[in-house]
Formats: sequence, C-alpha cells, structure tokens
Amino acid sequence: MAVERFPVELGHIMMFARSVGDPNPIYSDEEYAATTEVGHVIAPPTFVQAGVQFDPDWPLRPKIGEPWFGSGRNPTGTPRPEDGGGSGGGGGGGGGGLARGLHAEQHFEYHRHLRPGDVLRAETRPGKTWEKEGRRAGKLLFSETITEYRDQNDELVVTARSVGVRTERAPEAAATAGSGEQR
Amino acid sequence: MTLQASALAIGDVHTEVVVDDLTRTQIVQYSGASGDYNPLHSDEMFATQVAGFPGIFAHGMLTMGLTGKMVTNHVGDGRLRSFGGRFRAQVWPGDTLTAQAEVVDVRNDDDGVGVVELRITTTNQDGLEVFAGQATASID
Repeated sequence: MAVERFPVELGHIMMFARSVGDPNPIYSDEEYAATTEVGHVIAPPTFVQAGVQFDPDWPLRPKIGEPWFGSGRNPTGTPRPEDGGGSGGGGGGGGGGLARGLHAEQHFEYHRHLRPGDVLRAETRPGKTWEKEGRRAGKLLFSETITEYRDQNDELVVTARSVGVRTERAPEAAATAGSGEQR
Repeated sequence: MTLQASALAIGDVHTEVVVDDLTRTQIVQYSGASGDYNPLHSDEMFATQVAGFPGIFAHGMLTMGLTGKMVTNHVGDGRLRSFGGRFRAQVWPGDTLTAQAEVVDVRNDDDGVGVVELRITTTNQDGLEVFAGQATASID
C-alpha cells in the first residue's frame, strides 16, 4: 500500500470503533475526550489498517466502471487477479486475502496516538519471506510487509508489520485444516 | 483507568467477551469501515462456490480489532505501545469470542517509565484459539 494522503477523521474513527463493537467515548466524543488523560479523541489500536480507504489502487474495493470479482448474476464477476491485494503486494492491508492468500500476522508499534486532523502518509516495503511445510495444504509461503505511517510533520506515528501466507494447494485444504494451516 | 505497577503481578489475567454471536452484518460493517471489501467476508456465493470455503468468515483484522477493545479497556486509553499477533483460526458468523490479557512482565523502559507486557489470547466458544499475540503498555 502506498497512500499519499490518509486524513484521520472523527467520523471515520467513530465508524471504525462501532465496527469493532467498541463503545468507548474516547473514539467519538470530543468533549469527553478533552477530560481524559490523553486530552483528545484517539483512534482504536487497529484503525490505521483503514488507510486502504485512501489507496486509489486498493484491489479489495469495487471501483466504478471496473469489473469486480465478487458475485452478481454469477458467483464470480471476473477472473480473480492472481495476486492482487494478496500477501505480498497488497501491503498494509496485509495478505488480507484472496482465496489462497491469508493474513497470518499483524503487529503495530505506536510512536504516538492518532488524533482527528492528522494527515498521514503510508509507505510499504517488503520484509522477510520464508517457507514452512504445512500439514495439509502443502508448502506455506510467508511474506512480510512493513508499513510506516508518518504524519503531516513527517514524524513516524505507527509502524505496522504484516505477514501474509499463501498455500501451495487449493484453499479447501487450508479451510478444512482449521487453525494449523493459517499461521 | 490506568494500570499501576504496584498492583500488577506476573500471571494476572483480565478477560472479556468481545463479541457474542457475531453477526454477518457486523462483518459487513467492518468491511465498510476498514475498506477491506474482500467478498470472502460478505459474499456467501463467492465464498462457497468460487473460493471453496464453507461460508463467509470474519476478517482477521476484525478479530484483532475486537481483541484490541479488551486490551485498551484493560490498559487505559492512550497507553498502548505495541499490539500484535497471529491469526490462528478463522472466525465465523455466530462465534462468541473471549479475549484475555495475561501479565508476563512488568519493567521500566530506558526512560524509567513503567511498562507492562501482556500475552494476548482470543478463543472462540469451543475454546479454540483464534488470535494469539502480545501487547505492551505504559503504566503508572
């Protein structure tokens, strides 16, 4: 993911907090937030992942006038991009997973806490890659991506490390294998 | 609420049910808020007929987000220094998830600020671990 401009907005933070079932007013109520130790609205710990909203090329969002690989009249709208948005290239979205690519790990380091009004820039670089023999899905191919989120003053705010895993064989194998194969 | 070093002991645990009977609609809500519209998480026809899964399932990041709620409830707002982990099993509609933080270390950082290190585990209603990781937070 390369995002030139990720504006951190109060309404977006509120919607994100709702989507993870978190009613904490620190994520929506400016007056309440002003009375807390932090002193302002902050974002939930995994919020920066929503930066993909501001990636014009993010492959896991339908785009106007372009075919989409989910169902409409037919179970699939278009041949799936073999690798788009998958573990390696998709970046911060992290391996989030087309059928054979799954998100294996996600790690965040917080250098300071976000506040509405921040304008972030995200840059992703590839990290390590490694292989592991899976029990049922064949070889597991892991790849790491590092995303740095910097603010309007070019200060590092959050460092994210994402690990995606791709399986050698069909996804059914991975799905039925349960926990072991997704690591 | 913030944690006090003096009141923390290795092995202390804090547990919360972070979702009870996860709905398909909440998964859709997460797709919208996060921007991850992968049809695996909302499109039953695609998930079963094209991708070969038994049905749609939650984003790993939804599980982590739900888990994060427990972590921030425990350590207090604006205290988190790091949070990460592995997605160990899929989470399905109807699942109930319980997240737990266990104190594994209490120390001071190089600036003398107290830090707690937590082992984080989230399990489903069958006791299967769906997320396992760690978090660190500043403490008083």
